[in-house]
Amino acid sequence: MLTETFTRLYGPKGWIAFGVAALVVFVVFPVLSLAVPPDSAFHVSSYWVTLLGKIMCYAIVALAMDLIWGYCGILSLGHGLFFALGGYAMGMYLMRQIGREGQYQSDLPDFMVFLDWKELPWTWWNTDQFWWAMLLVVAVPGLLAFVFGFFAFRSRVKGVYFSIITQALTFAAMLLFFRNATGFGGNNGFTDFKRILGFTIATPETRMALFAVTGAVLLATLLGCRYLVTSKFGRVLTAVRDAETRVAFCGYNTVHYKLAVFTLSAVICGIAGALYVPQVGIINPGEMSPANSIEIAIWVAVGGRGTLIGAIAGAGIVNGAKSFFTQAFPEFWLYFLGLLFILVTLFLPQGVVGLVNKLRGKAA
Amino acid sequence: MSANAVAANEGGSFSHVATEGLDATHGVVLYLEDISVSFDGFRALNKLSLSIDLGELRCVIGPNGAGKTTMMDVIIGKTRPDSGTAFFGQTIDLTRLSEAQIAHAGIGRKFQKPTIFEHHSVFENLELAMKADKRVRTTLFARLADAERDRIAEMLRLIRLGEAADRVAGLLSHGQKQLLEIGMLLMQEPKLLLLDEPVAGMTDDETDRTADLFLSLAGRHSLVVVEHDMAFIEKIARKVTVLHEGSVLAEGPMSQVQNDPKVIEVYLGR
Repeated sequence: MLTETFTRLYGPKGWIAFGVAALVVFVVFPVLSLAVPPDSAFHVSSYWVTLLGKIMCYAIVALAMDLIWGYCGILSLGHGLFFALGGYAMGMYLMRQIGREGQYQSDLPDFMVFLDWKELPWTWWNTDQFWWAMLLVVAVPGLLAFVFGFFAFRSRVKGVYFSIITQALTFAAMLLFFRNATGFGGNNGFTDFKRILGFTIATPETRMALFAVTGAVLLATLLGCRYLVTSKFGRVLTAVRDAETRVAFCGYNTVHYKLAVFTLSAVICGIAGALYVPQVGIINPGEMSPANSIEIAIWVAVGGRGTLIGAIAGAGIVNGAKSFFTQAFPEFWLYFLGLLFILVTLFLPQGVVGLVNKLRGKAA
Repeated sequence: MSANAVAANEGGSFSHVATEGLDATHGVVLYLEDISVSFDGFRALNKLSLSIDLGELRCVIGPNGAGKTTMMDVIIGKTRPDSGTAFFGQTIDLTRLSEAQIAHAGIGRKFQKPTIFEHHSVFENLELAMKADKRVRTTLFARLADAERDRIAEMLRLIRLGEAADRVAGLLSHGQKQLLEIGMLLMQEPKLLLLDEPVAGMTDDETDRTADLFLSLAGRHSLVVVEHDMAFIEKIARKVTVLHEGSVLAEGPMSQVQNDPKVIEVYLGR
């Protein structure tokens, strides 16, 4: 039965590619970064480790987006919010880990001392416990998506209307988090992290550990999503995408299916956000800006909707281009992003993966 | 209340789908009584009353706009009636259930335009339609049992799409899509089948086979067939109901209905 599941997920070639990816993340990168001396041509600097770690976080988000948009046809433009909430939950723990090493040498995070607060708000209860913070990472985005999705799907909010209200949701959350009184650091958010689980956060070893954990989560998410989309559940999802009423007449409660996939997708985003924050060292309400959520959709569109590997490729291509452009021609990045989106929509409706398949088909 | 009021009514459908048993002790599977439906002032159904016996094959005919499709929409819960009662068996009030609940209770419908899952294979279409526990958790870990595989294979034979099992359903011909949709309906093991123009777009050969199929189903299932193809109706008809302007104009055996002067005037004569 187990072998049957394995063969269903990927063919031999797919598993070899999967193994190579695991080897690169867990062996090649750590060795090149930690064991190879910095003056060697093969050394991988911590800049690259952080950049790739960040892109892998984005790739996890892209998978979550593809699951709901590519497979179930629901375009959520609020996924940046779930990502940011996971990041904030991790950020609270990291702020508590600073202890008395902040500028004001207080038990409270610096921004609270600055605001002249005397004690932690209730939302920070138990956040010095890692397990509690991890629970928040999955529970907060998950619950929000569940409640929001419950009302939206039950009222049969669909298509572009759903996209717009999710966009409004993330915008409203951003305004809320910008307020100092909300208790999450206002527009500065959280930064100046020192330690995670007692390890100094900026050492190459800790960075590499975070990188490897991110890689493991990415690969696990890929397999998990692959399991879902090749199961009967996945076939129901694509059927909902193509002909929702017909699915209902077959006796499926489509609200339950949409709610399940929306909640799962939000939880995955939350986990990605929690991995992202310790690597980049900052989280602020800017992550909730509507533009960020739209960018997630662009990654998936560029890579190829409805193909999981496409989502990962899209996140890699767009963000790789972004880090190049924002350094080389910072003022042109947004124009380039817009152009890319238009070109992909016009000429590559199946994204990069569709293009590759087409070229392969021609060669064969 | 009109068609858009359905959405509001769905609010209550969030509970798990209840599968009540069908109670057809009086030998009647479907009762419609004094059903009226208006769309923006247009009376699509006007005090329509109709009853279908268990195992009956009923043909419903009538000119365009007579309310045939609206009647089916009411039965499957897509449209809520403004007034009147609709019962499935003795106990199941159709006006209170959601589409999914009605499907579970045992009513299946084939739409005028074939609606199949175009991106799924023929096999997967039948798999999705097959009677099963359709809740999220069970679907997540569902595996096809051998008996279920056999049932799908048998259905593929019955609708003669065995060769096309692995083909994407969107590539089938119009007639084949119609047959596939009938197959999907049958996989749900409905007690009552509603068939809206089932042979439109079929070749003569496919039409003949469909007629045989329906005749073999009658008795085991109850069928309501709406069709414009009079040759097809004559082939399968036992009892015919003629609708006109939202209510029943005539009802009886084909020969009697055909000679009814009222019917000739509104429909057959033209």
